[in-house]
Amino acid sequence: MPGRLEEEALPRRDFLGLAGLWAAAVAVVGSIAGMMRLPMPSVLPEGGHRFRVGRPEELPAGTEQVLPEQKVLLSSTPEGIAAISLVCTHLGCIVARTENGFACPCHGSVFANDGRVIGGPAPSGLKWLEVSQAIDGRLVVNGGRQVESGSYFKV
Amino acid sequence: MSSTGLGAFWENLRNLPRNLRESVLRHGRPVSDRGRSLAVFSNLFLHIHATRSNVRSLRFSTTLGLGVASFSLFLILLVTGILLMVYYAPSTSLAYNSIKDIHFVVPTGRLIRNIHRWAAHLMVIAVLLHMCRVFYTSAYKAPREFNWMLGMALFVLTLALSFTGYLLPWDQLAYWAITIGANIAASPRELTDALGITQVFDPGGIQKQLLLGASEVGQDALIRFYLLHVIVLPLALAALAGVHFWRIRKDGGLAKPGVQQTAAGKGASVTAAAAAPEDSPTKSFGLMCVVRDRSPATNQTVEDTVPSWPHLMRAELLIFMITMLLSVVLGLWLDAPLKEMANPAIPENPAKAPWYFLGLQEMVSYSAFMGGLIIPAIVVFGLTLIPYLDREPEDVGSYLSAPGAKRVAAWSLFIGAVGAVTAVAVPVNFGWLRNWFPDIDQLVIIAINPGSLLTAVYAAWSIIVLKRSGSTRMAAIALFSCFVIGFIILTWVGTYFRGPNWDFYWSPAQWPVH
Ligand code: HEM
Ligand code: FES
Repeated sequence: MPGRLEEEALPRRDFLGLAGLWAAAVAVVGSIAGMMRLPMPSVLPEGGHRFRVGRPEELPAGTEQVLPEQKVLLSSTPEGIAAISLVCTHLGCIVARTENGFACPCHGSVFANDGRVIGGPAPSGLKWLEVSQAIDGRLVVNGGRQVESGSYFKV
Repeated sequence: MSSTGLGAFWENLRNLPRNLRESVLRHGRPVSDRGRSLAVFSNLFLHIHATRSNVRSLRFSTTLGLGVASFSLFLILLVTGILLMVYYAPSTSLAYNSIKDIHFVVPTGRLIRNIHRWAAHLMVIAVLLHMCRVFYTSAYKAPREFNWMLGMALFVLTLALSFTGYLLPWDQLAYWAITIGANIAASPRELTDALGITQVFDPGGIQKQLLLGASEVGQDALIRFYLLHVIVLPLALAALAGVHFWRIRKDGGLAKPGVQQTAAGKGASVTAAAAAPEDSPTKSFGLMCVVRDRSPATNQTVEDTVPSWPHLMRAELLIFMITMLLSVVLGLWLDAPLKEMANPAIPENPAKAPWYFLGLQEMVSYSAFMGGLIIPAIVVFGLTLIPYLDREPEDVGSYLSAPGAKRVAAWSLFIGAVGAVTAVAVPVNFGWLRNWFPDIDQLVIIAINPGSLLTAVYAAWSIIVLKRSGSTRMAAIALFSCFVIGFIILTWVGTYFRGPNWDFYWSPAQWPVH
């Protein structure tokens, strides 16, 4: 079926004009892409993700502590100390500690004690974060660095 | 006329009201049809209308007034929005309290805020219904395909305006809804993580950072949303609405039954007049006559028309007044919600987006990437392409008038409803793949979940209809009706049947107390 507008052969002398138009179009699209560099943050305003928590002695094996500000659970076991992020891997709500794991209020993801997903839409387990010790003896959690699940910090 | 300057001065002063009026209006009260045409034609704001309107276009049943209602609501939102900006401060430490002040302290602040809120909801409803009206009257057929596309852009902009406005009060609801929304933008990570390539290729992260300017919702996000909400999106919407209206006229007014759009538009008289335009000594025809083009395709005789002034103006004013009345009554009657101030440590439970996103949230609760990005993208693209995939010109301009159209629509509503209810009922009662196979790969869940299956069923149904009827219009009716009913049911479920932890409850009375 023919279209509404007639097709016309491209006259030769229009070619240069068209090339110019395309160049202009490319320039405009290019500069729009370049302009997106401005709103793209190169430094995230949250700054470092490292924060100090208590001394190891304050957290004897078998106890745990929820840090609501930092959205982290510190868990101390005979194998060492672990920091598990409480940010749901689905869409970023804060999970609640339950008797045998974690539950997310937003879309019902459920995680086991070690952070594994056992139900709901979360695509992966809760993040384990790097734990280290500062010179003053206090523990430091690095919220920006994920470690393998099950890797404990030995005091 | 007086000979003294003073006399002339007095004379002018006496005639001031009359001269003032004449200088503004340019014409007297229009009494003849010609005068009425002039009134429209020579006024900057009115001349977007044709000088004469088709009687059929003026009938309420043709449009249900929904396009004009959408635009009226936009105007109401502009005015109330500017008033709110007088006190609103887009900073995380001030925003919440400035809204509180507007609501509880500023004289009429509460009413203006309420109107702004309810008009926004009404606008989403009006735009959705307008889209349905255009679809079911086949008004998207050639030459109106592009205007349908513009309409889709307006629809997306309307939703974007609502979404960005939702963050501004900086209360718990706002904070968590936007956190979820921003993480949906980041959800391609679900796929890139499963493939293990997020380190090198992270489109989800880029989108989220562009939106939030940070990795969490904070001051940077608030200022960005404010900028989008008060400047960028309203300007874009106003500009596109202008083109939308202009195209209505250029496409020959509203779609009418029995008018086959011809390729040449207005046709013969144009060609004849265009023979010797340039060297004509006297200008005897309007510009439109010499432009050889397929527009404006009026396709109407003078007999079917009435002067737009006052008939069309009166109809538009009436719709505007009704929308205004509705918004004000809602504003006086119901208060816009305001929860506690945003607290990044404790999510609102349940954290619900505005109602028109709850169908989406329902699908997001199966898979963020599939339900939050891929399916919406398929829906928006699918809707946009409808006029290009269905080009049968038959039943243009009246509701489902093609033979069998009403039956296809009814069946599709039924099948769409059964599908949507099943998609909710199965996971609620039996769980989903991860509950049955705990170690299942995430890629499988992204691909196979109630949302993607529902979409596939809708597509399959519409292909069946296409094969059976041999008509693309019937297939389009099937798909669109499925989309409409699926949207309604999922939204309904998200609004009324989801409680804390997104669990299913028959009524909020059964929600656990905490
Ligand atoms: C901000 C949103 C919108 C506004 C303000 C708006 C406004 C209007 C107005 C005033 C009309 C005149 C006829 C009527 O009142 O029904 C119209 C017609 C039309 N609209 Fe929209 N509209 C919007 C969104 C949409 C959407 C979402 C679609 C579809 C995807 C759409 C597609 C069309 C088409 C194809 C026509 C021509 C209909 C015909 O010829 O009968 N519009 N619009
Ligand atoms: S954010 Fe946790 S389940 Fe959606």
